[in-house]
Amino acid sequence: MLSFVAQRVLKGVIVLLAIVVLNFFLIRLAPGDPAVVMAGEAGASDQVFVKQLREKFGLDKPLPEQLLIYVKGVVSLDLGFSFRQQAPVTKLIGERLPATLLLTLTAFAISLILGVLFGTFAARFAGTFLDTAITVFALIFYAMPIFWVALMGILLFSVTVDWLPSFGYETVGANLTGLSHAVDVAKHLIMPAMTLGLFFMATYTRMTRASMLEVKRLDFVKTARAKGLSDAVIQRRHVLRNALLPVVTLAGVHSGTLIGGAVITETVFAWPGIGRLMYDALLQRDYNLLLGVFVICSAMVLIFNLITDLVYRLVDPRIEFAS
Amino acid sequence: MPKRVLLGLLLACGLAAPALAQEPKTGGVINAVIQPEPPGLMLALVQNGPTQMVSGNIFEGLLRYSPKLEPQPELAESWSVSADAKTYTFKLRKGVTWHDGKPFTAADVLFSIEMLKQTHARARTNLAQVDKVEAPDDYTVVFTLKQPFGPFLGIFEVGSMPMVPKHLYEGTDWKTNPYNNAPVGTGPFMFKEWQKGSFIRLVKNPNYYEKGKPYLDEIYWQIIPDAAARSVAYETGKVDVLPGGSVENFDVPRLSKLKDTCVTGAGWEFFSPLAWLWLNNRQGPLADKRVRQAVMYAIDRDFAKDVIWNGLGKVATGPSASTIKYYTDDVKKYPYDPAKAKALLKEAGYKGEKIRLLPLAYGETWQRWGEAVKQNLQDVGMNIETIATDVAGGNQKIGDWDYDIAFTYLYQYGDPALGVGRNYISSNIAKGQVFNNVEGYSNPEIDKLFADGAVATPDSKRKEIYEKAQKILVEDVPVAWMLELQFPTITRCKVKNLITTAIGVNDGFKDAWLDK
Repeated sequence: MLSFVAQRVLKGVIVLLAIVVLNFFLIRLAPGDPAVVMAGEAGASDQVFVKQLREKFGLDKPLPEQLLIYVKGVVSLDLGFSFRQQAPVTKLIGERLPATLLLTLTAFAISLILGVLFGTFAARFAGTFLDTAITVFALIFYAMPIFWVALMGILLFSVTVDWLPSFGYETVGANLTGLSHAVDVAKHLIMPAMTLGLFFMATYTRMTRASMLEVKRLDFVKTARAKGLSDAVIQRRHVLRNALLPVVTLAGVHSGTLIGGAVITETVFAWPGIGRLMYDALLQRDYNLLLGVFVICSAMVLIFNLITDLVYRLVDPRIEFAS
Repeated sequence: MPKRVLLGLLLACGLAAPALAQEPKTGGVINAVIQPEPPGLMLALVQNGPTQMVSGNIFEGLLRYSPKLEPQPELAESWSVSADAKTYTFKLRKGVTWHDGKPFTAADVLFSIEMLKQTHARARTNLAQVDKVEAPDDYTVVFTLKQPFGPFLGIFEVGSMPMVPKHLYEGTDWKTNPYNNAPVGTGPFMFKEWQKGSFIRLVKNPNYYEKGKPYLDEIYWQIIPDAAARSVAYETGKVDVLPGGSVENFDVPRLSKLKDTCVTGAGWEFFSPLAWLWLNNRQGPLADKRVRQAVMYAIDRDFAKDVIWNGLGKVATGPSASTIKYYTDDVKKYPYDPAKAKALLKEAGYKGEKIRLLPLAYGETWQRWGEAVKQNLQDVGMNIETIATDVAGGNQKIGDWDYDIAFTYLYQYGDPALGVGRNYISSNIAKGQVFNNVEGYSNPEIDKLFADGAVATPDSKRKEIYEKAQKILVEDVPVAWMLELQFPTITRCKVKNLITTAIGVNDGFKDAWLDK
């Protein structure tokens, strides 16, 4: 197993480097010059000033040289300097990453737990009213745009009944500590995490339901029934466990993209995460910051894929690691 | 007590109450919205709108400006101008200290000027007329100009020329100076905390030189990226101040009607934002003056003001906003007249060539305006194709002259020599520039008028020159002027005295107080 992990890590590093190079050029293909954006914000843009900015941030160097400088930095875990925010990229991402992880992991947990639970019920009561109700409920959240669900949530829970805060990570200026701070953050977390989680929940519900119905028809389930096992045991131990493999695959793919996928949720709820940081960096053509976020997101996808492969082994002992 | 006396006393109390209520009260916290999150707070290095708004509390300039654009003392307590209008002497206020306790002196002014020449695009241009700056003593600064420069006293507000602490920046790499993230100024509020993506916290400067000020204890600038969420934050009482432009325009009437809400359009007199359409004078149909005039006649600007901007703003009459110096409305008029536009297009021989229109990617209101203008132009027979871009992409296209019509809005900075001439003089035509003469208009007479206007004395001579320039430009239509924009500031009515100068919220909250 160790050699499997080592191999995957090595491959991951190569993939990551390839992603860095690709992104480096892709970003520069987009029209727009960071120096012009910054000069524009300053309320004037004479050419000398724009030229000065380009020199200051190394944008006047040939592209291959800029790439080399960047890759050298990445190898030594230095993601460069943000032109616009005038701070090291690792610092900027480091400040935002915890909030994003809290949001996306909570949303991920909500979507996975509720999705598998609802999917199991829907499969267990397939063809009944409960099945239809669950399916419709899940599809509603999948079909509705996230920003709209978020705004409706704010309208209902913040404006109308005033149960939950409409924006932010914590109550600004309250200076809470300990448990009261945790409760405060949790209250701020509920709406964004539910909004994001309910969107992904639908796919898990549908996937679990379909997969369980398929497994239920297999011979070993009949054998289990013939042995006289209770329905609950059959569902839990035999059907669900076998049906989970495609769900785990999907979860692996989703978990990596959750960070990038939180841009809209973070924007509407003013959640101080890296999704929003990425969006701003894109609009401002803040190349280093944007590349830095991409590197982190790509690394996350690779790490979660590795974790997924390891979880396969736990869910299905028949799978062996190829060394 | 006889009833009449009691009634009299009550009346007296009642009448006296409003007067008493106007006495500033000390204490309290204000929550204001800042949008978007500023990239940095060091005003000498970053000059975008949000930075100016927050840092206007931390840093100060030598002067402030009244809503009528008259200079007022700030770090300079007095000033004098020589008879030949080439020497300006500023006497600095004594007893001013930086937030770290060090005294503010003329050496800081000299250092700031040298730094700003390298880091502040607008200050560079403004200081181009300065031959030398000297400090004969710690509290006197003398500017000697190469030639008289009419708007010189108008370049000293905090956003145009913020004072920088020499002792913290001299000899350092400005880009990575640690004080960029914890700025030290002389202003009424001190930087305390910045939780990126959440809020910026400023606290009262207890050693501020104006005794008793500031009145507030703290300011929290809340960072809320979504426009609808910002409106909700105000509605639910989480913020007290929505500075101009922080909510979508169509939300303004609704929010204005909320209980205990006060709205003001004041505080934009210095900037005087004017929206227009860049018209590419170099190529295609728009190279013909008649087609450009047709654009002016074809667009229903009253509709834009009343419907898209919800009645806010004013239809522009020409290159100068009505709030800046030497404005005149004695110019050719372009009322909404589609028939006249059609006739002009016919006369110019327009045959339906494709015209590319670039809307401004500044949110929903601008998008709607783009659609309305497209409709107006199509109605008179123009073949319009909308090009969608984000702000950076749009700037690149405009800078590369790769457009036919493009939306923009620019500040005017109080004087035609500072914010108007730059868009029409031919020496400002250069590829890669975004906010200067990107339309490619070239008229030697206009060049001469703006060159003369900047250095002419006395004021009456300047007035004459700029009025002539306005008349010529409005006839030539190098760009299509649309609206003088208005960005109302929305506050709880308990917030008093927030806007006292021509740059409004950008001038800091030193006079503001809470009537609790």
